Amino acid sequence: MKRIFKSIFLLAITSSLVVSCGGAEKGKKGAISGNAAEKVYIAPGEHDSHYAFISGGFSGQLAVYGLPSGRLFRVIPVFSQDPEKGYGYSEETKPMLMTSHGLIPWGDSHHPDISQTAGSVDGRWVFINENNTPRIARISLETFETEEIIEIPNSAGNHSSSFVTENTEYVVAGTRFAVPFPQKDMPISEMKGNFKGALTFLSVDKEEGHMDIAFQLRMPGFNYDLSHPGRGKSHGWFFFSTYNTEESNTLMEVNASQNDKDFIAAINWKKIEEYVANGGGTKVPANYAHNTWNDDEHTAKTVMEDEVLVIEPSEVPGAIFFLPTAKSPHGCDVDPTGEYIIGNGKLAAQMTIHSFTKMLKAIEDKAFDGDAYGIPIIKFDAVNYGTLEQPGLGPLHTEFDTRGNGYTTFFISSEVVKWNIKDLKIIDRHPVYYSVGHLMIPGGNSQTPDDKYLVAMNKITKDRYLPTGPEVCQSAQLFDISGEKMELLLDFPTIGEPHYAAGIAADKIAANSVKIFRLEDNKHPYAVQNEAETKVVRKGKEVHIYMSMIRSHFSPDNIEGVKVGDKVYFHVTNLEQDYDVPHGISMIGAQTSELLIMPGRTTTFTWEPKQVGVWPFYCTDFCSALHQEMQGYIRVSPASSNIEISYTLDGDVPGEEEEL
Amino acid sequence: MKIKHIFLSASIVFALTSCGGSSETTDSNTSESESAPIENKSHGQSGVAAVEGEEMNVLQLALSMEDFSTLVVAVQTAGVEDALVNAGPLTVFAPLNSAFDKLPEGTVETLLKPESKADLTMILINHVAPANYPIKQLKKEAKKGRKLYMASGKYLEVENRDGKVFVGGTEVLQSVKVSNGWVHVVNDVIVPVSE
Repeated sequence: MKRIFKSIFLLAITSSLVVSCGGAEKGKKGAISGNAAEKVYIAPGEHDSHYAFISGGFSGQLAVYGLPSGRLFRVIPVFSQDPEKGYGYSEETKPMLMTSHGLIPWGDSHHPDISQTAGSVDGRWVFINENNTPRIARISLETFETEEIIEIPNSAGNHSSSFVTENTEYVVAGTRFAVPFPQKDMPISEMKGNFKGALTFLSVDKEEGHMDIAFQLRMPGFNYDLSHPGRGKSHGWFFFSTYNTEESNTLMEVNASQNDKDFIAAINWKKIEEYVANGGGTKVPANYAHNTWNDDEHTAKTVMEDEVLVIEPSEVPGAIFFLPTAKSPHGCDVDPTGEYIIGNGKLAAQMTIHSFTKMLKAIEDKAFDGDAYGIPIIKFDAVNYGTLEQPGLGPLHTEFDTRGNGYTTFFISSEVVKWNIKDLKIIDRHPVYYSVGHLMIPGGNSQTPDDKYLVAMNKITKDRYLPTGPEVCQSAQLFDISGEKMELLLDFPTIGEPHYAAGIAADKIAANSVKIFRLEDNKHPYAVQNEAETKVVRKGKEVHIYMSMIRSHFSPDNIEGVKVGDKVYFHVTNLEQDYDVPHGISMIGAQTSELLIMPGRTTTFTWEPKQVGVWPFYCTDFCSALHQEMQGYIRVSPASSNIEISYTLDGDVPGEEEEL
Repeated sequence: MKIKHIFLSASIVFALTSCGGSSETTDSNTSESESAPIENKSHGQSGVAAVEGEEMNVLQLALSMEDFSTLVVAVQTAGVEDALVNAGPLTVFAPLNSAFDKLPEGTVETLLKPESKADLTMILINHVAPANYPIKQLKKEAKKGRKLYMASGKYLEVENRDGKVFVGGTEVLQSVKVSNGWVHVVNDVIVPVSE
C-alpha cells in the first residue's frame, strides 16, 4: 500500500514537470503543438496513408478508419447482426452467427490481427476473436466482409486471442476462464485442479485462408489473458500471460491477486506440431460450429464439428514452460527481434522483461524452480532480462518501433510511456485522456512495425467531447512517434469500445479491394442473370420471388396471389455491373431488416404478411435520379382466397415473348 | 425540374473541376510525407478510373469508338462529361460522325464556338433520356404510344416500322448495354424542334 502511494506522488511530480514543459508550447491546449492539424489534415478527395481496423468491443463489430485523419469508412459486421446491411438477418448470412448454443446475434469483439507473410503484415485477412461465445472470425480484406467464423469448444471468455504467427501458420485462441474440460455438471467449489484452460491453435490455409482447429492444449486451470507469437529467432514459440494461478473461483479481484508472481506460458508449437504430425494427441468428442462464406454462391453454411484433437502438456515433454512474471500480467508482448518477452503486471510496480536467449539456456541447464501440474517453472533470474522499475501505474500493453523502443500503456496513471528495451530507461511519457487500454502501432505484432503513428485507445472520455447523455463516446488518440518525443495529434471517437486495433499501410490493401461481383460468376441457386429469368413460384405456403434490380426498377414489380399465412422469400439479384451502385430493398411489415445488395450479388429476406391489402416495397439505397420511382406492389389476399400467383413488369410477364 | 437540377449540378461540378486544375500545383508540397500515397482527386466523376470487370459507362463507350469522335468533342466542348458517367439511369441516342456530317456545312464548327455553348448543350441533351430504355422497352413505348421525355425537356416520338425502331424520326441502328443505362446508335443528329 505504501509503495503505491509513493508511486502516485512520484507520478504527480513527473507529470507536473511534463505540464510545465508543455507551458512553453503555443496555444491554450498545451499538449498539442502548433502543426498537429496539418499532420492529420487530408484534403477533400485525398487518401489516408494507413488503414486502422479498430475493434468495436461490445458492439461485436470491426470498424475501418483512415490514419492520420481518424475518419470512419466502414463498420464490418462480424459477430453482431447489422440491420443496415442485412448481415445476420438475410438467409445467406444467418449461418455466420450459428453456434452450439444456437444463433447468437451479438458478440464482444476484441483483438484484430492482420495476416502475415515472412514476419510482415500482408493485408490478406484480419482475424478477430469473440470473447463471450468463444469464436474466431476471419475477414477478407478484398471484400471487407466476414468470410469465416469458427467456434472454440472447451473455452470460455476467449480473450488471449486471435494473434497470428509470422507466416499465418496459426491463429491462437486462449481461454480466459478456466472451466471443466470437457464441460460437466460439478460443484464450483471443486474448481481447483479440476478446471482446465484450453489453448487452441487454428491452422490457416495458405491460399484461401480457411481455418481448422489443429489442436487444443489442455493446460492447468489458470486464466489465460493475452498472448503473442515469437518472431525471428523465437519463431515457433507462443507466449501466453496467465493470472489467477491461485485458481480461485470467487471475489477474484482479491483472491486472484494473492500470488506475488503468476506466469507467462511459453509454448513451443513447432514441437507440438511435430507431435501431432506423428499421430500424437487424442480425438475427443466436441460440439462446435464452423461457419464459412462462399463467394460464388454468396451464401454461408454452418457445419457442426464433432471432435477436437486434445493434447495434454505431459505428452510433449520439453514443449511447455512457465516463466514467473510479476503480479497478474495482462499484456504479453514480443519485440520485433523476437528476443524480449514483456509481461505487464497490471498490479505490479514494475514491468517484467524476459529474454528468449536466456530462456533457451535455462531450459538447456534445467534451471527450474519446481513445476506447476508437471510443467517446469523456469527460475526467475535465469529467464529475466530485467525489470523496468516504477514506470507508471497499471501497465497493460506494449507495442514497439523499429528503433529498439517499447511503448506501454498505463491504465491507472492514464499515460503512454516510451522506453528503451535494452537500456531499460524511460525516454518519454505522455498523458492520454483517459484510462488507456490497448495501443496500436501499424504492423505492431510483426518484425516490421510501420512506426510513424501510434493509436492509443481509451476506455473513458468524460469531458473530451460534446456530451451525449450519460453514455459518451469512447475514443482513440493518434500520436506521431517519429521523433524522440511522442506528439499527440488527434482525438477521434470510435464505435463501441475500441478494444484493440491492427494497422497497415494503405497500399498493401487498397489496390486489391473488390469493386463488383461478376454476374456471370454468381452461382446462387436463386440468382437471375437478367430480367427475363425473373419469376414468382409458389411451393405450398412458401412463395419464392426471383427478383432483379437495376436502375431504376424491380422485376417483377407487381405481384398478386400472395396470401396471409404465406412465407414470402425475396431472392433479389442486383444486375448492376458498376462500382458503388448497390441497391437496397425493404418490404412493409418485414420483420427481418432491409437488405443492401452489392452489384452482381443475390441476397434473400423473408416476409410473412399478416394483413390483407396491397403493400409496397422500395429501394432503400439512393441509387439514381429515379430512385424514388424504384418501387413495386404486392397484393395480399385472405388465406382462403384462390387467386393464383401472377407477376408482371409494365403489364407483361418477364421473359414471355410478347408481340411488339 | 429534376432533370434540370441534374444538369445544373453537373455544370457546377465541372466549374469546380476547372478551378481544381490550379490547385494541383500547390499540392506538390505535400509530397514530403513519403509514405502517403497522396494524389489529387479534384476531378469530376468522369475522372474516376475505370474498374476492371466493370461494364463501360456511356462516356467510356463513346471514347472507345472512333465513330463517335465528333460526339466526344461536342460533349467535351459543352462540358457534360460528368453527367454521362452519372449513376443515371441514362438512355443516350448517340449520333455517329456521319450524322454530324449530314448537318449543313459549317454547323458543327459554329456549335463548337464558345458563344454557342448553350445551343450545343441543348442539342446534346436532346439525345439523352434520364431513364432505362433497352430496345425491347422502346418497342413497348411505340406500341403503347408513349413518348420519351428527354433531358432537354422535349418529347421524342417512338415508332416501330416493321420491327425497326425510330426515335425522333431516326432509326436505332444498334444498341449497347452500358453500366449506367443504354446507348442506341443513330445516324442523325436529333435537333430539338421549337414548339
